Amino acid sequence: MKKSVFLGALTVAGLAAGAAAAGTIDDVKARGKLNCGVTTGLVGFAAPDANGEWGGFDVGVCRAVAAAVLGDPNAVEFVPTTGKTRFTALASGEIDMLARNTTWTFSRDVDLKFEFVGVNYYDGQGFMVPKELGVSSAKELDGATVCIQTGTTTELNLADFFRANNISYEPVPIETNAEAQPLYLEGACDVYTTDASGLAATRAAFENPGDHVLLPEIISKEPLGPLVRHGDNEWGDVVRWTLNALIAAEELGVTSANIADLSASAGDNPEVNRLLGTEGNLGEMIGLDADWAQKAISAGGNYGELFEKNIGENTPVGLARGLNGQWTDGGLLYSPPFR
Amino acid sequence: MSTLSDPPVERFQLSQLINDTRYRSYTFQFIALILLVLFFAYLGSNLVNNLREAGLNISFGFLSEPAGYDINQRLLDYNSQDSHLRASFLGLINTLIIAVLGCFTATIIGVTVGVLRLSNNWLVAKIMAIYVEIFRNVPVLIWILIIMAIFTASLPHMRSFHGDDPENTFALFNTLAVTKQGVWFSEPMFSRSLGEISLFGSHSLRFDVSLDFVAIIAVLMASFFGARAWTKHANKVQQETGVRPNTSLVNLAIWFVPLIALLIILGFYLDGPTLTGRKLKPIDDGIYLRNSLIALWFALSIYTAAFIAENVRAGILAISKGQTEAAASLGLRPGRIMNLVILPQALRVIIPPLISQYLNLTKNSSLAIAVGYMDITGTLGGITLNQTGRAIECVLMLMLFYLTISLSISAIMNAYNNAVKLKER
Amino acid sequence: MDNKDIFYVREQMLPEQAPPATQSGIVKWMRDNLFSSWFNSLLTLVAIYFVIKIVTGAFPWFANGVWVSNSLAECREILQGKTGGCFAVLTERWHQLLFGFKYPDDQYWRPTLAFILLFVAVSPVLFIALPRKMLIFTGLYPFLAFWLIWGGTILIPVLVLVGFIVGYIIFTRLEAQSFAMAALGGIIGAAVIWALSGFVTSAASGVLALEAVPSRDMGGFMLNMILGVVCVSLSLPIGILLALGRQSSMPIIKWICVVFIEFIRGVPLITLLFVANVVLAYFLPPGTNFDLILRVIIMITMFSSAYIAEVIRGGLAALPTGQYEAADSLGLDYTQATRLIIMPQALKISIPGIVNVAVGLFKDTTLVSVISMFDLVGMIRGPILASTEWNGVYWELWLFAVFLFFVICYGISQYSQWLERQLHRGHH
Repeated sequence: MKKSVFLGALTVAGLAAGAAAAGTIDDVKARGKLNCGVTTGLVGFAAPDANGEWGGFDVGVCRAVAAAVLGDPNAVEFVPTTGKTRFTALASGEIDMLARNTTWTFSRDVDLKFEFVGVNYYDGQGFMVPKELGVSSAKELDGATVCIQTGTTTELNLADFFRANNISYEPVPIETNAEAQPLYLEGACDVYTTDASGLAATRAAFENPGDHVLLPEIISKEPLGPLVRHGDNEWGDVVRWTLNALIAAEELGVTSANIADLSASAGDNPEVNRLLGTEGNLGEMIGLDADWAQKAISAGGNYGELFEKNIGENTPVGLARGLNGQWTDGGLLYSPPFR
Repeated sequence: MSTLSDPPVERFQLSQLINDTRYRSYTFQFIALILLVLFFAYLGSNLVNNLREAGLNISFGFLSEPAGYDINQRLLDYNSQDSHLRASFLGLINTLIIAVLGCFTATIIGVTVGVLRLSNNWLVAKIMAIYVEIFRNVPVLIWILIIMAIFTASLPHMRSFHGDDPENTFALFNTLAVTKQGVWFSEPMFSRSLGEISLFGSHSLRFDVSLDFVAIIAVLMASFFGARAWTKHANKVQQETGVRPNTSLVNLAIWFVPLIALLIILGFYLDGPTLTGRKLKPIDDGIYLRNSLIALWFALSIYTAAFIAENVRAGILAISKGQTEAAASLGLRPGRIMNLVILPQALRVIIPPLISQYLNLTKNSSLAIAVGYMDITGTLGGITLNQTGRAIECVLMLMLFYLTISLSISAIMNAYNNAVKLKER
Repeated sequence: MDNKDIFYVREQMLPEQAPPATQSGIVKWMRDNLFSSWFNSLLTLVAIYFVIKIVTGAFPWFANGVWVSNSLAECREILQGKTGGCFAVLTERWHQLLFGFKYPDDQYWRPTLAFILLFVAVSPVLFIALPRKMLIFTGLYPFLAFWLIWGGTILIPVLVLVGFIVGYIIFTRLEAQSFAMAALGGIIGAAVIWALSGFVTSAASGVLALEAVPSRDMGGFMLNMILGVVCVSLSLPIGILLALGRQSSMPIIKWICVVFIEFIRGVPLITLLFVANVVLAYFLPPGTNFDLILRVIIMITMFSSAYIAEVIRGGLAALPTGQYEAADSLGLDYTQATRLIIMPQALKISIPGIVNVAVGLFKDTTLVSVISMFDLVGMIRGPILASTEWNGVYWELWLFAVFLFFVICYGISQYSQWLERQLHRGHH
């Protein structure tokens, strides 16, 4: 009866596929939309609000790339992915880039054939426990039940950590952060472990955040960053330098407030001029408009602004800059020069 | 008068391939075969191209690499350094555990409800009807999630057993603790245990079997045959002499004396659960069933039971009233009517759909992934797939596993159907 | 006549007396139906106890329910420790539960209208008594629904429809010669039209266009409905073909159908969804990029067609051999016999079974939440329970989901039982 819907959709899909060209950047331009893989919902990083508008730190990166390539920060199709589906979605071309607090590891880079274009958040795996448990160190967690998201590096780190310290535990594998929250709050698991930023974001969503503490141990390095498929270097460059543009903008003092003035005409700082396209031809080199970086930064502000707006100390998530400060402030953020 | 002449020699024409019913079926089959081969060749070449483009390959080598993750509910020994194959094997065992437990309870609940639905007690029959309709008409995934939520929200926390003046204590003579983390109950132990034998050596599929358990099974089987032999003997004596030797007491003795003797020899005692005095893990020892297992078990049981109840009801209703009346006119009592006349006939109707419900339950147990019970879908199709990125291999193995189970259950069902088929003379 | 011995003969009947109080009215009913034996009485008492427990437990929860608030915390403030549901989550998020969180707000009337029209379209199929003319609307409905839900220009569904009509006309013209030729001709004719329509629609994409909604934006209960309706409708013709193939005397065709059916029925739907989600992309030509929803529709359709094939096979097997022989003796060939004699009867017997498969399938559409699609269950488990405002509102949401599914599935199963009774009456 509804064969036609199927066939109709098939024809549409076929037409869309016919339009597909070689490079991802051409695909994105032809489609007029960027398909960006995000998490299914993690407050502060990527979560839809009551109106279905996606917002968050990772979402900001997606919007910046969309603004740089298409000139419109809203030309993004957010594709929610779980720990299981994210890599297939990227490998099969369902999404153009993945900005889903994904840890940069050797095997993901080399074996799964992905290209991490940079790090947008330096993280580490931490533990959250209820205050009433009276635990002050992860080494006291012998016999604990631990809620953990499957398909993540945290799962392996956890096994390693408890094995190395010769303490027993019980893993409770969970598909998404949303499912872990109720389990943890109801007490079905004693400990919730994931990236420290994710813990802070999760705790922020609790009714009484003060009843829970983050343990001091950070048991792993979790450099989280956006990634693209191996082998499409042009596209990789676009995403990498959009991220770098956001970081450099903060370092150079370019904010969403002053960007309009700064990009009106070439100013005193040649690096700012090159970044904003008022000088040089960086845009042409990367295959975008001259003002690509200006659009990317205007989309949601520079790195610092995105951070403050979504996960900074004044938000419910309340993360300090820490490692994620500019190198000039003792952090690890260091954008290669725009030249 | 007509003369018979030889039929004209048939000359084969191409059009016969489509117009002659003798050849047409060959043509169709040939076309179908060609299309099938082309279809698979197309898929295969796409696969090869895609894999080459992505620089990947199909290989099952990952199965022997260390899994790196832990499994919470497990029957066999395992640690995170064991291979992916070992982890998958544990998942497989977990699937079988939930399937067997689920089928068992679903049958009990289903048969009870099915019979109660036909009860002449109006209130009970209505309540059972409501139960069946509600559970049949809502997705099993929703039931699993709801029951998991009920368990975690309403049961006491494990820590309520901890402390000098605990809110909760073990139930049933210190043998049972029910918490939102799971259920602990006493484990049968043997102080003079015969030990274990390890099947399959140190391979990933190694399987430890407790010899005590084997001994108990052996004794029970011996008792079974002994009891049968005694009953047979009693029948014979009765037919010859008209006096029936005592069977029930002797049978009772045949069943229990050797068993008790064996348990005493092995030094049987119940162990755990015990309080550890630690705040994080106040309860230890004994058999521990995690809440995910229990929620899944419970949800699958009551969902499938609603379907089984309908099958049982239909089976009993399918036996015509004349059978009951005929049996009654022979002077049988109601209990014997049920056992000797109705049930044997009803079972013929009930068992085939019952087995397909078992099959459904086994397949539905793959939803374990929704509550974090690590069955084969959770290990092989979940974490192993996620960590290694070997999607094709993992999904293929997963499908083959379920296919094997389904086909074996179907084979059993067919064998049964042939065995109970009405022998028409 | 000597009536001496008889002292008294009553000559008038006494008026009938009311039966004893224990043998009439509600008391008798209760004695018969609730307390007929000690065991029954016990059962009744236990049942009454549980009913009272449940009612007293649930009543204040409903009665004190909060219907207007912005978050769970606000709900708790309003309740001030009383037992009560926080139904405000439903009033605030109903649109997400029903339509997903990305379907444009101002376009909700479109899926709603499509849903209402679904009943009009399906009713002539379900109720034989309705005028047959209504079937025309049933035929048009898929195209209308596609246009309403996905939007875009009306030309696409119209041209697809034209393709079908052209194919059908070619088929009827050629049918006298050979069924196979006619079918082939029909398919080619339709394909030509569809190929041509690609140019037309890209040229005139604005004709009677509704705002286009990509299928990724479908969600909530609407997604369950779409998947259920589309997959069941698609799997019917495929299921019929598979059932005929399995009954066929041609070994290769029979073998293909048996392997397909047994394979699909032997694996859980979730593994097929994994295939749709993580494996299928590898088997498609490089560069094709199917929507996830389309991939899922393909897999669920395969799944349900195998089950429907088995139901129809049961119907075919239930037909008396005399029907086949009668068709043969009339000189009908295989396609004629199947189309005119066998299938109408077999389908009629199988309708209750098909309806059961449809209900099962509709329930199984919730499994898509496991592969991170936001159907009703996915919406609840994902965005709503994870949001700061509604973290912890389980009962209200799950009860709502149970309610929606129950209403639809119970309705369909009641229909199926009604139909079974109708069919039974037909036989006697």
